[in-house]
Parts: sequence; C-alpha cells; structure tokens
Amino acid sequence: MDDGVMLVALLVATLRAAAPLILAGLGELVCERAGVLNLGVEGMMLVGAVVGFAASVTTGSPVLGLLAAMAAGAAMAAVFAVLTLRLHANQVASGLALTIFGIGFSALFGAPYQSHPITGLATLIFPNLSGAHPLLQQLLLVDPLVWLALAAPFAVARFLARSRAGLLLRAVGESAEVAHAFGYKVVRIRGFAVLFGGAMAGLAGAYLSLAYTPMWTENMVAGRGWIALALVVFSTWKPLLLAAGAILFGFVTIAGFQAEAWGIPVAPNLLATLPYAATILVLVLISRDTLRLKLNAPAALGKPFHPAG
Amino acid sequence: MALPPRLVLRGIGKSYGGTRANDGIDLTVMQGEIHALLGENGAGKSTLVKIIYGVVQPDAGSLEWEGKAVTIPDPNAARRLGIGMVFQHFSLFETLTVAENIALGLGTDEPLAALSARISATAARYGLAVDPRVHVHHLSVGERQRVEILRCLLQEPRLLIMDEPTSVLTPQEAEGLFAMLRRLAAEGCSVLYISHKLAEIRALCDQATVLRAGRVVAACDPRVTPAAAMAELMIGQAMAAPVRPARPAAGDAVLAVMGLSLAADSPFGTALRAIGFTLRAGEILGIGGVAGNGQKELLAAISGERRAGENGAVAIAGVACGQAGASARRRLGLAVVPEERLGRGAVAELSLTENALLTGATREVARHGVIRFAPLRRFARGVIESFRVVAAGSEALAGSLSGGNMQKFIIGREMGHAPLVLVAAHPTWGVDVGAAQAIHDALHALAADGVGVLIISEDLDEIFSVCDRIAVLHGGHLSAPVAVGETSVEAVGLLMGGLDAA
Repeated sequence: MDDGVMLVALLVATLRAAAPLILAGLGELVCERAGVLNLGVEGMMLVGAVVGFAASVTTGSPVLGLLAAMAAGAAMAAVFAVLTLRLHANQVASGLALTIFGIGFSALFGAPYQSHPITGLATLIFPNLSGAHPLLQQLLLVDPLVWLALAAPFAVARFLARSRAGLLLRAVGESAEVAHAFGYKVVRIRGFAVLFGGAMAGLAGAYLSLAYTPMWTENMVAGRGWIALALVVFSTWKPLLLAAGAILFGFVTIAGFQAEAWGIPVAPNLLATLPYAATILVLVLISRDTLRLKLNAPAALGKPFHPAG
Repeated sequence: MALPPRLVLRGIGKSYGGTRANDGIDLTVMQGEIHALLGENGAGKSTLVKIIYGVVQPDAGSLEWEGKAVTIPDPNAARRLGIGMVFQHFSLFETLTVAENIALGLGTDEPLAALSARISATAARYGLAVDPRVHVHHLSVGERQRVEILRCLLQEPRLLIMDEPTSVLTPQEAEGLFAMLRRLAAEGCSVLYISHKLAEIRALCDQATVLRAGRVVAACDPRVTPAAAMAELMIGQAMAAPVRPARPAAGDAVLAVMGLSLAADSPFGTALRAIGFTLRAGEILGIGGVAGNGQKELLAAISGERRAGENGAVAIAGVACGQAGASARRRLGLAVVPEERLGRGAVAELSLTENALLTGATREVARHGVIRFAPLRRFARGVIESFRVVAAGSEALAGSLSGGNMQKFIIGREMGHAPLVLVAAHPTWGVDVGAAQAIHDALHALAADGVGVLIISEDLDEIFSVCDRIAVLHGGHLSAPVAVGETSVEAVGLLMGGLDAA
C-alpha cells in the first residue's frame, strides 16, 4: 500500500471513530442548550446499538435497524423527559439511572445476538470492492452515516443561530421563567430537545453495532457516551468545536492502533486510555477561558422548571 | 361620544394558600389615561397585574376590554388584545441580542433584519436609543428597560403596564421615561403605572387606585391629593416623621478603602477602578448609583468574599486586611448586611437560631467548636423581640419569613455583634414602610453609638434621608464623598449617569 492510500485510510478511520461521538454529542448539545442535562447518553447509545442490531438482523434491512435504534433512543429519552420535566425528578439522578438501565437492558436483550456476525453498512452498499483501486476502496468505506456526522454539526449550528425554533430553544435554556412569561411552552420545547438527544444517541449506538464494528458485544459503547457528554461541556456548547474534539478523539484512537501495528512498545492498556486523556487535555486547554464558558453555558442548565399557578 | 373604558375589572379575587392576595378588586382604566396603582409591598399589586397580563388566573371576578367581556388565559392572549407589560425584574435573555430578545417577545416569524429596522425606527420615534445588534449583557440597567419598553411598543399596545419602572433609573432617566409615557398617552394608549413613589405619581398620573392588603381602599386624583394623604391611605395609618437624632462629631476612621481595583469576576460584572473613601466612627456614608455599576463587587471586596490585590486596599480600624478572608474581617469588627437575604445573608433551610450562629461563631455562643444553644437562642430571641420580627419563634426556618422580616432579623443579628463598622446593601429594599422606618431608626441609633455605617443603596430618597455624606458609584468608579447638605438630588443624579456636576 502506498503512502497516499495509507494517509486516506488513516483519515477515514479517524472520521469513522469520531462519527458516533459527533452524533451523540450533538444530540446532547441540543438537549443541554434547552437547559436539560441528560447523563443517560451511554445507556441510550447501548440500547440503540442492540435494538438497531436486532432489528437489522430480524428484518434484514439496516435502514430499518437505524430507524429502530433512533426510536429506541427516543423512547428512553421520553421516559427521562416524563420523569424530569413532568414529575420534576432530579435530572442528574434520572440520567444516571437511564445509563444503568441501558447497560442492563442491552446485555439482557442482546444475549441471543452476542457475536452474531453481520455485514457492515459500507460493505452492504458496495458489496464488491475487491476489483476497485485501493484508494477508492478506502474512500467507499466512508459510509453515509459518516457523511451525516460531518454535515450535522453545520446544520445544528445553523439551526441554533439562525432559525426561530433554535432561538426559542436557546431562550428556554437561558431562562425558563422568562420564556414562560412570554407564553412559550417550556416543557414542550425541552421535551423535543430531549427526544432529539435520545434519537441521536440511539443512532450513534446503531452506528457502532451496524457499521463501525458490525456485531453486537456486551457494553460495546465502552464509555463513548461519557466522552460525548464531556465534549459538549468542553466545546462550550458549540457544535463545530464539538465535532473538532470528536475528530481529535478519533485520531488519537486510530494513532494508537497504528502505533501498535508498527510495533512501538507501549502497554495496550495505556494506549487505550490515550484518546480519552488527549481529548480532555486539549478541550480543557480550549475552554480554560472561564469568561467564555460563563457566556456560552446555558444559564438554566440542569435547573428544573416549575411553572407558577 | 364617550369612548368605552379600555379596561374594567370587577370583583377580582385571588388566593394563595390561605392568603387573599386580591379580594374583590374593582378598577377602571380609561383610554389615554395614565393610571397609578399604588400600594405597599404585599398589597396585591403584582398579583393584580399578573391577572391582567394573563400570567395568573383569578379565582373570582370578571374583566372587560373596551366594552366586551374577556378572559385572558395566557400572556399571548393579553398581547393579542393589545396589552404590553414592562416587568420590574427584566425578562431579558442576557446572552441574546436586543433584536433576538424582542423577536422572542413578539412571537412573530419576522426576519431579524427587518425587525432590527423596525426597532431602530420605533426607538428613534420615542427617543429610546438602543442598538438592536448588541448583546443584552453589555447594556446598562436603563438601556435594558428601554429594550423592554421597545418590545412592548412594537406591538402597538393599547394598554402598557409599567411595574415600578423608575426604581432602576437615575432621576434624569426617569424624566425621559415620563416624557415618553406622556407622549404615548397623548396618542391614546393607556398606561397602568405601578409604584409606591408618591412624588412621581403626582407628577405623572391622571388617576390613582390605592390597594392595601389585597383590597381597593381608595381611588383619587393624584394631581390634587396631597402626598401625605395618599401615604396614609397606603399604609393605613399616619406616618411618623423620621427621627434624626443629633450625633457627636465623627471620630477616627473605622473603615478605609484606598486604591481598590478589582477585575470583574463574570462577563456580566463590573470592574472596580481605584476606589477610595474613609468611613469614620459615628457617621453614615451612603453610596448611591444605579445597580450594576460595581455595587456587588464593592460589597464583596469589603466583606472579604473577594480579596483585594493589595493588603492595604482595605483597612478596618486601622488594620490592613485586603488579603484577609471574611471571618478575619469580622473579628476586626466588621458586620455585613448583604443584598441577597437568602443565599448570602442567611440560609433558608436553617432556623433563625442557627442563622444567628453563622456570623457569630467567634462569640461566647461557641466554645472549642461546641455550640452552646442556650445563649445562642437567647441572642436570636433578643433580635426577634427588639426588631419585632414576625416569625414563629427562634426555631422558625429562615425561608419561612417574609423578605422584610428576614431583613430585620439579619440587620438585628449584625448589630447584635457590637460591630465597629456596619455595611448594609439595600437595607430597606422590598421592606414595607413601617419596617423601613424601624431599620432607619436602628441605623441612626447605631451611628449615635459610634459605629461607622456604610449604606449601599439605589434609593436616593433613602440615602438623602439617612446619610451624612454621599458618594456615587458609576462604571466601577466612586465619586468623592460630599456632605448631604452640600449636594442635591439633581447633582447626584448626574453622577449616577456618569456626568460630573461641575
């Protein structure tokens, strides 16, 4: 393989590793901009991964698998929304419960599918690549969800900054009381944001089980939900910065594999921690400007809203 | 042909739990009339306007709008009728721009560019200069109010509700506001003007309705009714003239602030710039200014909540303590009454007794880290008695007290520590007239005992009636203190607006 192909392969692998973080992170970012902190991302990703996998295997259609995963993520988010927005349960505790539930449920539900191999999304679309140029082979490995993950940050950024619905969403995250006084339906707007977050997390999970490593293994999300949460905060709630952080994470992950492949003697456990450490280090440096953090943070984040009679 | 009244309320009632906030209220606002709604805190003014604006639903009574019976289920319905409201605590989103804020308030899909042009046009017409593209957190309090008013004006309101609009304005800004309101009224818009400042109601309003304890106690023409008579209607008893006891000449410096500069700690804060003043034993120094000009930061720097860059920037009784923490400064004889009663002044979830301990741990109430509840309770009861705090005993939770009673307790607690210096921020904000007088009398008594008293307040009437010397904070800069007799409300107003009287 020549250097050009190698480089493209590295780039593609980086983007593929970053895609689930971008998708889940954007969902959580929208949710937090509306003022709701949902710590259940990891759980929703796991359930999305297993439901998407099961639906895909059962129906034979990966598209139905992806849709089922989004529905499953949104369903879990709906439970969270009812608990926190309607019943005013604590957001942190409810989110943690969602994650714990997701870990247990996905393991139980996924047991029959454990190590059941399927065809990956990219291979499914381009079944016969062996004759193609190696560079083309690498590029075609970039499946549609990666393109979606690359376009979505721009779409979300534009939605938040330019559209009226985005303005409403930011307003609700800034001060629910004021938005309520203007006659806006705070709970409904927050509910939609939470559902969007759930659907995106479900999609990100399904990407892992249908495209990234096309199989279901227990706890396969492996903390990516938490990284996505961290990315939201460290990106100071900015979609493009979040995508950049996710790509950095992807790059360090892939670079670690490469280092191993080249026989650089580093303990594999240390390599595995590297992407997490590097992402957090860089993002902490970016967001160390506390003034900017205060300006961008949704002021009503995590605060429950009780409309007065 | 006589026009039908713009708004008629008949027998409006609203209860919260056991309290009747509104009880059979009748009110008629004519077209083009500036109508004052007058009453003390807790008289039911806020509840009534919330009912008119659709935020709160009444338990009883009916509303009539321009001759037709209506119900107002939510603020959108109120706005569709042509009712606009400028809240006392601004309902603005700090991190959004002026145009975005107004767009949210209007509830239309109009593109921001077109809306910005309309904002500028309306602003020019009524003399309310504001740039639509600026983020709200950059604006002064007066400018924020203009944004609120503009938001209402863009909806072409036929009734504009103003909730205590001048409490955040300099006297000059208030004059500008009155001119704008008179112009609006001349164009046929009605104004419902809520306030307890009698002078401005007499200058501005055509009609006044006085509320007390949730009921209408009188309707009068404020242009001919004397201020004293309206005050009596409002509080239900004759006002005693304020006592201003003679005091010995001011003594040694008890609090000296020199070259105090401090960067803002939040994007919405103000940096302090080379602040200097000396407070002497037995005098009351007032620091005026519009909120958001560094009051919070100055209080934090004096109390020890934030430390000054140089140790010498703050000295209590001659001891430099700019780098010392809050407890060390208290041991030097500092007592502080912060602006936020619950959260900084007291803990809502603790009893009054426990709250008394919070700033008094150095006294005989706690030995070797063990709380001695008997003397502590005696101390708390003493404060409750001498300041006539309305509370269910010394074990009542701080959060169960009304704002005015909590303030009396905090001031009493701080005075009970026998301080050398007492710093009080907005000591009578939100306190009813009777309690305010009690607090002022207590401050006078304290000064007569040789304590240096520093008052940070937005209320010019309070500063002029209580203080010996006055300084003004503007943009983090403090003007030189002058004796009350040698200045005027107008001169201080100019300083509040950032202009030197000279």
